[in-house]
Amino acid sequence: MSKPKVAFFDFTCCEGCQLTVIDSLQTCPELLDAVEIVQFREAMSEKGEDYQIAFVEGSLARPADEERLRGIRERAQVLIALGACAHLGGINAIRNRRPLQKVREYVYGDKAEWFDAYEARPIGAATKVDYFIPGCPIDRDEFLSVVTALLQGREPKIPDYPVCVECKLKENVCLYDKGLTCLGPVARAGCGAICPSYGNSCEACRGLISNPNIDAAEDVLKEHGLTAEQVMAGMDLFGTYQMMEMEGVSYD
Amino acid sequence: MTNVSVNVHHLTRVEGHGNIVVDVRNGELKECRLDIVEAPRFFEAMLLGKPYQQASHITSRICGICAVGHATASLRAAERALEVELSEQTVLLRKLNFHGEIIDSHVLHTYMLVAPDFLGVGSVIPLAKTHAQVVLRALRIKKLAGDLCAMIGGRHTHPIAMCVGGFTHAPSEAELRAMRERLVAARSDMDETVALFKTLDWPQFERETEYVSLTKPDEYAFIDGQIKTSDGFLYDLDDYRKVTNEKVVPHGTAKQTSHNRESYMVGALARFNNNSDQLHPRAKDAAAQLGLEPVCTNSFLNSAAQVVEMVHCVEDAIIITDELLVRGCKPEEPAAVEVKAGEGVGCCDVPRGILFHDYEIGEDGLISGANCIIPTGQNYANMEADMRALVPQILDRPEPEITLMMEMLIRAYDPCISCSTHFLNVEFVR
Repeated sequence: MSKPKVAFFDFTCCEGCQLTVIDSLQTCPELLDAVEIVQFREAMSEKGEDYQIAFVEGSLARPADEERLRGIRERAQVLIALGACAHLGGINAIRNRRPLQKVREYVYGDKAEWFDAYEARPIGAATKVDYFIPGCPIDRDEFLSVVTALLQGREPKIPDYPVCVECKLKENVCLYDKGLTCLGPVARAGCGAICPSYGNSCEACRGLISNPNIDAAEDVLKEHGLTAEQVMAGMDLFGTYQMMEMEGVSYD
Repeated sequence: MTNVSVNVHHLTRVEGHGNIVVDVRNGELKECRLDIVEAPRFFEAMLLGKPYQQASHITSRICGICAVGHATASLRAAERALEVELSEQTVLLRKLNFHGEIIDSHVLHTYMLVAPDFLGVGSVIPLAKTHAQVVLRALRIKKLAGDLCAMIGGRHTHPIAMCVGGFTHAPSEAELRAMRERLVAARSDMDETVALFKTLDWPQFERETEYVSLTKPDEYAFIDGQIKTSDGFLYDLDDYRKVTNEKVVPHGTAKQTSHNRESYMVGALARFNNNSDQLHPRAKDAAAQLGLEPVCTNSFLNSAAQVVEMVHCVEDAIIITDELLVRGCKPEEPAAVEVKAGEGVGCCDVPRGILFHDYEIGEDGLISGANCIIPTGQNYANMEADMRALVPQILDRPEPEITLMMEMLIRAYDPCISCSTHFLNVEFVR
């Protein structure tokens, strides 16, 4: 059986997720025997256009990005969003809170018109995405487990329970007890609660779970004299696009 | 009559999207440019109205490779604006973390992005079969560097525990001891690295330019200090705009930086040229083996200077780890911050060169102004000046060879295009 052909692409992002892919070779060099990488601009010169699996990192940030993404979609049997920028829009969408023209002028002054831009959005806004690997950056082990599942013809499994579950298992002191706010009660786990473990609040870079236990979360907040609004303000780092969607903002 | 047309669409093995365009008609150079085609990023605009505590979490996302560098520069900008004093432990941990990132970035660039050119392959992947020991060594060094950063910040891309005033986590004594052992063991990998890179046949190319880096009286500078140029200038960090001078070129649309000449260079070679006296003796020895002497004017040797810096950082990381073990390293509260209005410039010499973050903070603690000047942007004019100087020297060669040389030249700068696009401009063909 021939090896599945895999390609990596990026739009607007820091390329940290692709770096994490490269880093996953440290623990799993045999990955290179299991697949044939035909395109990975950050790491190799070859550019093959014949592939079954496409990993896409980054947000859409200008109209021309959509056409390129659709080309990738047409060629790939499986398209996977790699990381928060592709999955959620991520930090790129922070700028959507301000008028686009003001944003362009702030950075490029009277040359703003030279650069095409539109409101940043996740790749799912323009095309069908089969799977996503969440996080900013992605988790190395989760990437390997998704690839393994795909190679074995299984559905990749991404956790759909809150970060609090993993944080409790790590026996961390709850950040609410330290007087901080944290998105752990509503954010998607799978990161091993890495931010709370290193003393920082969860910023929900992996997005929200599909059925957050709002009642339980509100109990925690009440106990600490906090409102849901205060906590959800933390969503403006990675979840601006989703928050604005909930507020009814759409771009057509 | 010579006609050469080189058009490299989406240059590979660099971070970000760039195109090389060379057009020679009848032996005359008509066009020679590096187009930056990455979408604009707008980071400065994203920072507006954000609490100062969030800035380093946002700006570390400028770059997955130098996330620690951006976070450090960002924290220094906020700390200088708010006049926050750091503890000795914080300063040591920041330096140690930074060394991890320099090693991580340089090993990625030299082994995985540059070495394939010299070994005649398109990527590091075929080398896993033909040069397994080399690839395994690269992965081993990279893992060490990544683990060093993770021990301090939680992970390398993007650091978690770094905050204004210090850290939210401290490595344990056991972790520091284990890391020290691995750093000492890495010396043999460093020796092998120097041995490998001294066998490479670096292209012969010389062009004088100005080299800009940080400098400090008592150490090979990566964080804080003053701005030094090889043309004899010295500036305080607050005067960084006197060095960067962003300007519009007459017949193009690209905003570039220049100081005393048409362009300047930043990065490992610039640091080496300005501060090589302060390298660790083992790094000095590595430089001698690689034939590197200040002032070196061959841009291709930026990669050799990176090898020298890896050796230096491994040695200095051992020294800092020892210091932490002797004085003790324990969880400490970040320095207290008194929120007030102010402006601060944070400056680090990150893997690709000198980086500036400049923030204005309002009395409400929200950022009211931001400016980031990224190394690749500062190198942009110098890369094009090198291209214009190199093309006429190699015009008699076959087109694929010219293309490869141009790619190797740009790659030698280790450009980080996605970092720099928030102020680099696309030059349109008309």
